[in-house]
Amino acid sequence: MPKIQLDELSALRDQHRQGIALRLGEVPEPGSHKARRHLLICGGTGCHAAGSKNVKETLINELAAQGLSEEVKVIETGCNGFCAMGPVMVVYPEGTFYVNLESRDIPELIESHLKGGQAVERLLFKDPTSKERIPLMHEIPFFAHQKLVALRNRGLLDAESIDEYIGRDGYRAMAKALTEMTPEDIIGQVKASGLRGRGGAGFPTGLKWEFCAKAAGEIKYVLCNADEGDPGAFMDRSILEADPHSVVEGMIIAAKAIGAHRGYVYCRAEYPLAVHRLQKAIDQANEHGLLGENILNTGFSFELSIYQGAGAFVCGEETALMRSIEGKRGMPRPRPPFPAQAGLWNRPTVLNNVETWANVPQIILKGGRWYASMGTETSKGTKVFALTGHVNNIGLVEVPMGTSLRTIIYDIGGGLPKKHRKFKAVQLGGPSGGCVPEEHLDLPCDYEAIIKAGAIVGSGGMIVMDDSTCMVDMARYFLDFIQDESCGKCTPCREGTRRMLQIVEKITRGQGEAGDLDTLEELAAMISQSSLCGLGQTAPNPVLSTLRYFRHEYEEHIFEKKCRARSCVALVKFKVDEEKCKMCGLCFKNCPVEAITWEKKKPAHIDLEKCIKCKTCIENCKYDAIY
Amino acid sequence: MSRVQSAEAVSMPEGITPEMLEKVDQICAAHRGRPGALIPVLQKVQEVVGYLPEAIQNRIAEGLGVPGHEVFGVTTFYSFFSMKPKGRHVIRVCMGTACYVRGGKEALERLERHLGVPVDSMTDDRRFTLEQVRCLGACGVAPVVVVNQDTHRKVMADQVVNLVEQYK
Ligand SMILES: Cc1cc2nc3c(=O)[nH]c(=O)nc-3n(C[C@H](O)[C@H](O)[C@H](O)COP(=O)(O)O)c2cc1C
Ligand code: FES
Repeated sequence: MPKIQLDELSALRDQHRQGIALRLGEVPEPGSHKARRHLLICGGTGCHAAGSKNVKETLINELAAQGLSEEVKVIETGCNGFCAMGPVMVVYPEGTFYVNLESRDIPELIESHLKGGQAVERLLFKDPTSKERIPLMHEIPFFAHQKLVALRNRGLLDAESIDEYIGRDGYRAMAKALTEMTPEDIIGQVKASGLRGRGGAGFPTGLKWEFCAKAAGEIKYVLCNADEGDPGAFMDRSILEADPHSVVEGMIIAAKAIGAHRGYVYCRAEYPLAVHRLQKAIDQANEHGLLGENILNTGFSFELSIYQGAGAFVCGEETALMRSIEGKRGMPRPRPPFPAQAGLWNRPTVLNNVETWANVPQIILKGGRWYASMGTETSKGTKVFALTGHVNNIGLVEVPMGTSLRTIIYDIGGGLPKKHRKFKAVQLGGPSGGCVPEEHLDLPCDYEAIIKAGAIVGSGGMIVMDDSTCMVDMARYFLDFIQDESCGKCTPCREGTRRMLQIVEKITRGQGEAGDLDTLEELAAMISQSSLCGLGQTAPNPVLSTLRYFRHEYEEHIFEKKCRARSCVALVKFKVDEEKCKMCGLCFKNCPVEAITWEKKKPAHIDLEKCIKCKTCIENCKYDAIY
Repeated sequence: MSRVQSAEAVSMPEGITPEMLEKVDQICAAHRGRPGALIPVLQKVQEVVGYLPEAIQNRIAEGLGVPGHEVFGVTTFYSFFSMKPKGRHVIRVCMGTACYVRGGKEALERLERHLGVPVDSMTDDRRFTLEQVRCLGACGVAPVVVVNQDTHRKVMADQVVNLVEQYK
């Protein structure tokens, strides 16, 4: 593979643009590409789990058998973002969106759509509220309300093709930064963009780079945080799987800005596909002379490699992450000195999150002012949220900062799936965040507003919970998480959260006492003030936010020995309320141990001797008749 | 860290073949003297041997020329490393938030009851090891259960037993 020269990049971009023009609503030059249609099948982790590889193979074989391989091109993309509907496929040029595909659907799809021009109705997306089929991707509310910057190439490109990335203006921002901009210019644009770190803390990115650029030292490092520890967040995985070159490009731009020649991506071991795609991207960029020695013949060199984590949440914290790359136990250390002064191997280091990096090329190409035109006063640009839990349209959502929670959950997310369940809260920010109730759904999602509501934007995990979720149990869940993941170095975090967990567990077992809530609040204050790193400092947040909005649930557990969500097994009697029972028999049919007796037109009865308290009956009862 | 004894004192557990040991030595030789090599070496060795018993850790310490307690300290810090042997099939139930609220907890409880072992242990017949993980990044298709290399999506409690029984 000959290395690309600077003056060839534009011509290459024009050439490869032809290859993807169909998908961008453009008409390719006559004769440049034979394919009349492009089928983009999702190859993200979620769709792989749903069997998209098989569907793709069937599709390719079937097209070949019918002599259509030239006319119809099949492309495997990274995560499309609409994971719950997988395997998903988009047919271009018009953008027909197919969901829940199976191999056996393929013959009909080819016959009807590809040959006959008639989309297969039953495989189209069905809107959960209107119950209507919506054929085109851009008309589906889940996509229509989004604004894509970091996710701009999701589901659009062959994730393993550098050519397609170049066709989408790839590496032009890097070329611009290396040839037309000084380090000060680059930092100036990033500062003007208002971009703040997307990994959780929201620190201004341009400022961080400036500190590091000014720090004394010959050797500096650029790092990418792909540890994505927040359970329920998957935007970083998705970006690495769908658009790995955007992260590579962003890192090279920062390297030029601070004067670094070596970088690492710290990626969690749980993400094998992301590691594979990123490694492929790095190899391709090296082969093309877009990474490594003397990039594009500009004299600038930058070497990049992947470092795989080994399963420790605390390693997402910046100082711990650097220790881990050094091959040690990933324990945080007190700051200052900040990594911009003394980071990896004690050298000045810039560390940014995957999503932060993916924004950088766009900011350099289109200018900081363009990015800053989106968002709110203090939070500029767009943010990706991972919308999951009890919501219809589960997936990745990128919106301008300041979009309301209600818009995200109801307009984009399509609301809650179970009619007989009501919205209770949305969890934001993972183990450092909190639960926000209904009354705050109109809050604009920006860093400051969410903090005021008792949560944090964090990395963008957004878990919707209906009234079958117990808020005390959620607090217990996160404390248990923190206990597991506390590195043990400082006492408040290690011992304090253990104490808190013991108390909350006691409450969920029905053994709570008066005074427990006061003790929890005291412990929480002590832990957040005296812990060494962000892990401990924010660990009490899930308890504090649930105490703030759902204190009555704690009190019910303690004083009435009642769990209104019927989630805490110790507080459920497993009895049938004969007045509420509609005698439908669903509990009877679903009980795994035949502990329920029921006859038509008679209320069900649970035999407590046989019952294993698995709650299957409660989940299946639409009338809340089991208490 | 006195638990790591000198190499001679800890015997090599059954099932570890001379070929495996040769590979371990090769991996160490290739990384000796490189800063930050310990974690990648442990990852590679665990791929070869399946787990990291004390005797293997000692061999790595010697091979890399680092103190035994340093190896032990790193192995115990990271959850990816296991000092216990694993069953033929490793079941990992996701207990990340998205999976937890959609039924991952119930699925795990069902498996514990079915297999008769608590989470983080192996069945007596060495067929299964049951583990929990915190988010696999497949939250869009929660609840998620991974068996060996296969990711299974939307696995509810009433399906999970049939699912794992396919792995003989
Ligand atoms: C306990 C803990 C875990 C963290 N985990 C992550 C993580 O998984 N990914 C991430 O990008 N940042 C994580 N952070 C934040 C990082 O310390 C750091 O602020 C961030 O990577 C900087 O990049 P950004 O400015 O682009 O956000 C974590 C922080 C703490 C305290
Ligand atoms: S919470 Fe289970 S995959 Fe993310």
